[in-house]
Amino acid sequence: MSTITAVKPQKPWSATPKDISNQVVALIASAIIAGAAVKLTGLSGKLGFFAVFVVSATVAEIVQGVRKFGRKALADNLAASIIYVGAAAVFVPVVSILYMAISKGLAGMHWSLITESMFNASFLDPVDKGGLLHALVGTLYLILISMALSVPMGILTALYLTEIKGPGAKFIQFVVQAMSGVPSVVAGLFIFTSVILITPLKTSAATGALALSVLMIPTVTRTSQEVLLLVPQDLREAGLALGATQWKTVATIVVPAARNGLITATILGVARIAGETAPLIFTIGGADKLNLNPFSDYQSALPFYVWKGLTLGTPESIQRAWTGILILLILVLGLFISARTLGTRKIGK
Amino acid sequence: MSLLETPSATPATPREITTKPRISDQIFRGVVTSFGMSALVILTLIGAFLAVRGFQTIHSVGWSFITSFKWDVTTDDAGVVTYQLGVGAMLIGTLMVSLVALVIGVPLSIAMALFLTFYAPARIKTILVSIVDLMAAFPSVLFGLWGFFVLMPMATYWAKLINQYLSWIPVFSVQEPFFERSPFIAGLVLAIMIIPIVTSVSREVFAQTPLDRIQAAYALGATKWGVIKAVVFPFGSSGVVGGAMLGLGRAFGETVAVYTVLNLVFAPNWHVLFGSGGNIASLIILKWGEATGDETTALLAAGFILFVLTLGVNMIANLIVRQTLKSGK
Repeated sequence: MSTITAVKPQKPWSATPKDISNQVVALIASAIIAGAAVKLTGLSGKLGFFAVFVVSATVAEIVQGVRKFGRKALADNLAASIIYVGAAAVFVPVVSILYMAISKGLAGMHWSLITESMFNASFLDPVDKGGLLHALVGTLYLILISMALSVPMGILTALYLTEIKGPGAKFIQFVVQAMSGVPSVVAGLFIFTSVILITPLKTSAATGALALSVLMIPTVTRTSQEVLLLVPQDLREAGLALGATQWKTVATIVVPAARNGLITATILGVARIAGETAPLIFTIGGADKLNLNPFSDYQSALPFYVWKGLTLGTPESIQRAWTGILILLILVLGLFISARTLGTRKIGK
Repeated sequence: MSLLETPSATPATPREITTKPRISDQIFRGVVTSFGMSALVILTLIGAFLAVRGFQTIHSVGWSFITSFKWDVTTDDAGVVTYQLGVGAMLIGTLMVSLVALVIGVPLSIAMALFLTFYAPARIKTILVSIVDLMAAFPSVLFGLWGFFVLMPMATYWAKLINQYLSWIPVFSVQEPFFERSPFIAGLVLAIMIIPIVTSVSREVFAQTPLDRIQAAYALGATKWGVIKAVVFPFGSSGVVGGAMLGLGRAFGETVAVYTVLNLVFAPNWHVLFGSGGNIASLIILKWGEATGDETTALLAAGFILFVLTLGVNMIANLIVRQTLKSGK
């Protein structure tokens, strides 16, 4: 009786050890060439190094490719290296932005930041005076009021698009997409003319939140809609077949099944507006002291605090701006990561 | 007493069979439908409120509001205020900065989208997609700070290099060697800001390329680049155009970052590397603090122009993207 041996799967297309070692040698050689070029010729700096490195590495790749596969590898390798360089070029600014925000922001961190407002201090004072408690409270109010307005509106609009599928659903979908492109300045101007100028509600956290809601509703709607579309049609049919009304089906089956996704939609909406500056310039006034009343008097917010520090332009105020942006960035990153972890869970679990 | 005993109450009448929804459903559908219209209502209100102000301005200033390059408010000795308001230079500047952003941002986004769809190993792909999405969540004031303090010194050096070697091309020449705060640098910042949206739309479109066509091309012996050139680009090119237009809409409306980086000058400037430019959104926040009377109305009118521009670009872009995505199904 012969024993059966499992055949090892073959991958003739994958790189052989020789290919890999060639590649490593080519990369090291290009790095040496680039280093030599920077030392010996007129090229200088990191930019020169990378330019020479990329060109010589591409040439090495192409030579290897042509030797192995013939002439058609020429265009293929050239395209591949252009695409790799392009993709890498996108990540350079991301890393630089994060690094600068953290390194510059940390320099101005101290405890009184979260216990004091700027009431007894000026932006031009040394950095350890005053804090951004007022801006934190303002941002918290803005987020809470915008959520109270935009989440019901966004989710109900999404339900209209996915559950009712009324005659205007296609058109409304189009309008929601158009609305997500409204510039943030325009949202601020709109609330200024339509609310602050003509209604009793004056410049306050509430008017700021109204302007932010214009930007938040489309985000919540579009994300919720995507999630609701993922709820299996079987669940809806099962609900209806058991004799439930559409209202009962939506309220007890569809929405609970999509719960995590709807929370993700809310968080993404908040992340969208938390860092908005332009609409706040017209709608919250920009106070320097703590204001606990969200419906009257000038209010501040984190992005506004940063904006103020940036536009004043002295070394102290700019240091305040970097610290403010770091705190804002931590807030946005936290929201973003929690949305991601919730969003990757399966529907209906 | 048995369980099977029939209840002594009135005999059950057969349930009425009807397609008419119950009261609860009628209320539900009514509420949801009325909220569903909210987006339409808000968008119409934005248009209406700003348009009223816009027509007031056109009425008092005339059509020179769009064509004139001057923005001057002067009070003479008698206390009479004269307004000379025009957004012409700002309109040209907006187009310039946005075009620079497209020229730099779109090729990078396409490279990024191709990399994510066809080149990146599956394991790191999700992380990279998250990083690109994260870029979209960065506050715009952060881009302003970074653009001014970190990018500007580097970009000024690049601008000098470009000017040194390519000044024979008219757009790269400058009258005076002033390279800071130019449309080129503002465009670079904007390019980084529009990359996430252009990338995600392009990626979505590329991912919709019919798999059978891709496999057919591979089976005929095409290389990866051959497949991209012969199958993916012909299928997805219009979608990429749509994505680029969505990016253009973003670039038109961006305020804080451009205001921080760009040197606003009320004169048309065609030289990308020269430190003088314009942007409607930045004009609005520049003049807002000190504006009174007709000037405020004029700023609202400028907001209306910006609204119409972005809405138009966005609507066309959305139609194109939707058409492309549909054709892949």
